[in-house]
Order: sequence, then C-alpha cells, then structure tokens
Amino acid sequence: MSATEPLSNAWQNWYRFSRNPTAVVGAAIVLLCVLAAILAPWITPFPEHAGSFVDFRNRHQPPSLEHWFGTDNVGRDNFTRVIFGLRVSLTLAFVVLIVAVPFGTLMGLLAGYFGGWTEIVIMRLTDIALAIPPLVMALAVAAVAAPSLTNAMLAIAVLWWTWHTRLIFSITRQIRSQEYIEAAETLGASKAHILFREILPNCVSAIAVKTSLDAGFVILIGASLSFLGLGIQPPTPDLGTMVAAGAEYLPDFWWESMLPAGAILFVALGFNLLGDGLRDMFDVEDVR
Amino acid sequence: MEFAAFLTRRVLWSLLVLIGLSVVIFLIARVVPGDPARMALGPTATPEMVDALREKLGLNLPLIQQYGLFLSGLAEGELGRSLLTEQSVNNDIAQTFPATLELVLTTILIAVVLGVPLGVAAARWKDSWPDTLVRAIAIVSAVMPSFFIALLLQVLAGYVLQVLPTTGRLPPDMEFSGPTGLIVLDSLMAGRLDVLGEALRHLLLPSLALSLATMGQIARITRASMIDVSRHDYIEAARAFGIPTSVRLFKYQLRPAFVPPMTILGLEFASLIGGAFVVELIFAWPGMAAYGIRAITQKDLNAIMGVVMVSGAFFVVVNLLIDVLVGVLDPRVRIRGRRA
Repeated sequence: MSATEPLSNAWQNWYRFSRNPTAVVGAAIVLLCVLAAILAPWITPFPEHAGSFVDFRNRHQPPSLEHWFGTDNVGRDNFTRVIFGLRVSLTLAFVVLIVAVPFGTLMGLLAGYFGGWTEIVIMRLTDIALAIPPLVMALAVAAVAAPSLTNAMLAIAVLWWTWHTRLIFSITRQIRSQEYIEAAETLGASKAHILFREILPNCVSAIAVKTSLDAGFVILIGASLSFLGLGIQPPTPDLGTMVAAGAEYLPDFWWESMLPAGAILFVALGFNLLGDGLRDMFDVEDVR
Repeated sequence: MEFAAFLTRRVLWSLLVLIGLSVVIFLIARVVPGDPARMALGPTATPEMVDALREKLGLNLPLIQQYGLFLSGLAEGELGRSLLTEQSVNNDIAQTFPATLELVLTTILIAVVLGVPLGVAAARWKDSWPDTLVRAIAIVSAVMPSFFIALLLQVLAGYVLQVLPTTGRLPPDMEFSGPTGLIVLDSLMAGRLDVLGEALRHLLLPSLALSLATMGQIARITRASMIDVSRHDYIEAARAFGIPTSVRLFKYQLRPAFVPPMTILGLEFASLIGGAFVVELIFAWPGMAAYGIRAITQKDLNAIMGVVMVSGAFFVVVNLLIDVLVGVLDPRVRIRGRRA
C-alpha cells in the first residue's frame, strides 16, 4: 500500500481502536473472560468441582497456591467455580442481546422511518417497558414459571429490545429527512433497501457501543437475580449464587463471596470500558 | 396555559402506560404459569379443592373478562388478596411501602447531592484530575453489582469498624410509629430526636449502597451537560463581564444543565427500584421490595402482581414529578409545552 493511498476502512478503524487505551483494555478483559469461559473444563484446576462435588475436610480454605480463590462451604475450589460461573453470565448476556438487539433495531427503524401509527404503537410499547424494572420482571417470571436461566433470559429480553428501539428511532428520525434518503426514494428504491442499506449502516457504531455497555448491565441483572436465588439453580456454578452462599460466612471467609463478586465486576468492567472506548472512537456521545 | 396542556397530556400518557403495564402483568400472571389455584394450594390439594378455588378467584371466566375484573379492581385501588395468607395485598403494601419510599427518597437525595457537584467539578476542571476521578466513579458505579457494594459497606461499617447498624430501620428495642410511616419525617414531627438519630443511622448504609449507581450516572450526565451549556455565547458573555466563576457556574450554567441529569434520573428510576430488591434483602429493610421477594419465593401471585404494579406506578409518578420540575427549570417547556 503506497503512502498516498487512503487506508481502507477496516485498517482505519483498527488503527483508531488500537490507539484507544480504554477500548483495548476493555476488549482484552472481555476476550480473556470469553476464552476462560469457553475453555473452562480444560484450564481450571479442579473441573469436577463445577458440579455437586463435596470434600468437607477442605471446606473454608483461604486462598492459597493450590486454591487461588480458596474453597467454599463444602470444600469446592472457588477459582474453578468462578470460571465456570462466567459461562452462565456470558451466556445470559449473549442470548438476551442476540434476541433484543436485532429486534429492537428493526422496531426502531420502522418507527423512525414510517412514523404515524407505526411510531405511536411501537414507541408507546417502549414507554410501558421502561416502567418495569428488568430485575423485577425477571423475578416475577421466575416466580410464576420456574427459576431457570431460560426464563431469566426470556424475561430480560422481552424488556431489553425497547432500549435499542429508542436509540435507533432517534437516529433514524434524524436521517430520514436527509437528501440522500429522498434521492433513494425518488429513484424508486424499495423500503427494505432504504431501511437496511441506507439507514442501518449509520446506526452500526451506535449499536456497537450500546450493545457493549448493555452486556455489562445484563450480566449485573442476571447476577442480582441469582443472588436472590431465582437464577440458574445449583449445583451449576453461578457467580450471583456463589456470592449469596458465601455472604453467610462474611466477614471471616470473605473470599467465598467477595471474589465471585469481584469476577462479576471484572467482566462487567470489561464490557463497559469497551463500550466507553468505542463511544470515544466512533464519536457517538449520546449513547448510554 | 400551554404548560397545563403539556401536563394534562403527560398525565393521560401515564395512565395509558399504567393500563399497558396492567396488561403485561396480567398476562404474566395468568398465561405463563398454568394454574394459579393449583399453585396456591400446593401439590397435596384435591382436584375438588382446586376447582373450588378456581371458581372463587374467577379463573373459570374467559380471559378477557378476568382482565376486566382485574382492571376494575385496580381502578378502585384494590390489588386483591394474598393467595396464601388471605390478607389484603393493599394492606401489606401500605404497610411496607413507606419503608421503601423513605429508602428511595434518601437514595435520590444522596445521588443528586453528591452527583451534581461532582459533575460540575468535572466540567469545571475538564481533562484534569477531578474529571478523571469522576470518570472513574462513573465507570465503577456502572459495573458494581448492587449486592457487592451493599455487602462491602455492611462488612466494613458494620462488622469491621462497628460504627453503624447493618439491619432494619430502628434498633430492635425501639418502638415507634407515626402517621406517614416515614420514620425520619414522623420522628421530626413528634419531636423525638432520639428516634430521628437512630433512623438516620440505619438509613445511611442501605441508601449509600443503593445510590452509587444513580450517583455515577448523574455525575456523568451533569458533566456532559455542563460542558454543552458552557459553549453558549451567554456564558462567554458572563465570563467577559467578569461575573464570578461560582455565580456563572451555579446560576447561569447549572440551571439549564440540570435538565438532562433529571431526565436520566427518571429513566434510571426503574433500575433503582430493581436495586432496592437486592439492598432491602441484604439490610433486612422491611420494605415493599423485601415483601415482594417473600411473595415471589412463596409464589403468591396476587402479591407479586401488586408489587410489580405499584413499582410501575411509582416509576410513572416520579417521572411525572420530574416533568413538572423540568417545566419549572426550563421556561421553553412551560411556554411551548414540550421538552426542548
């Protein structure tokens, strides 16, 4: 590539990304957590402790070289269980967002572009969803159906798309009246072409930022849900459940609750730094 | 009176939101679980007992008619009876809501009183250390699980330093009740300073734990909005006229800049209520959220529906109040009747 030739888009983005310490640190944390979660059975010292293993002689051991995060109240290795717990947190975030983001984006595009009754119906729906705390919704669903990961994901996803709808709606509204959209309309472009080829590309950076920030929030909500005993059920290791179980032994056996809580904070921090970094990079200040 | 029209419209929308909310709650409660009567009676009940309860609760009626009954109950402010204790859900919530209200109001107060000055400082000394500090606080507050900060505060202030009580609203040996149920207010009115002191001591940890997330957001938005406003010409003019910095910042800049953080506070309020569920449980705070958790673990449908409905109504009312406040702060809203 000669010096005068403009950098390709991908290279330009990669350059801006690598020059943004917040984004790089965030991405590194996220990558580390995702890899650890995927490779959990192979990289953890005691993979058999991820189930209903019991070793009472080793209970409440403080952190040591053998047990980095100590052991819990039945003698299981905490580090192993934290790494396996990341699987649940990340799955929750992944599934909620893979449902909520595309659907919310589509609704936002429709409401913003078509206006009128489409807008009124969709945007009033988002108003209703805003009034329900996602955690409370998930709690209610867990109570009437059954506490499980699937139900939690469902309950959160049902509310979560509305945030993306509001974001995409406001962007679409601004773009709709621009000349190149009018030009495309005049040339007889289909509605689908205008929505997905003309408007959507303008939303991508905002979606990326919001999705990254959201992943952290969804993980926190999931952790709160299982902290309250209504997430995925034992003996599957879950970070929120571990904090709740370990909290009974505070402050003496602090590692049993504080280190899993720290792990939640760590992974949420990764997604937030990544989102924050991307926001600076793409210069989309309004996205929260 | 454009502002009156604006408010009327907002009130009507709020009512519509509440009706929508009631549909959502009704659907969760009646469609998801299968049979509430079976759930209330437990696995040992005979089919005849279940049928009798179904009859009594109106569960044999068509769904739309059941919803009609539910809605007309709501319109009269009647949330039904607990399926387990036969107690009126209204009573239970009326007993527990003041504790939650007191906690949430204190939380908002702390979040605004700490968050706004932090945001102003960050904007005033942009790109210098106060700005970095506020950015760090905003990130930590966004990623800190509410139970983590609550447990940390409980361990540090309660067990290690032993300076503050870690559970309840008052010491176990102290009896006090007043007309509003807000102990801080009631003890002030009754002139019981000893009760007031204890109530404040008990409030401090839970409300601090609950306020962190909101405080960080408010600081961040205040900063952004102060910087936005500082680019206007009239701020430049104020500077040129030699108006003291503090007057410029707090009188001319903060007033318009105060609107976005308030709007955020309204939106964040839902997650604040969600956080209350965790914080009330940890600090054994006898509020509506703790009641809700109990109802949830006991699968008490009517109580659950009541708690979700009241949470939603709480959100809607707070956002209405914020709209009024924004109208007071921002004359454009008052005159043109819409948010700028």
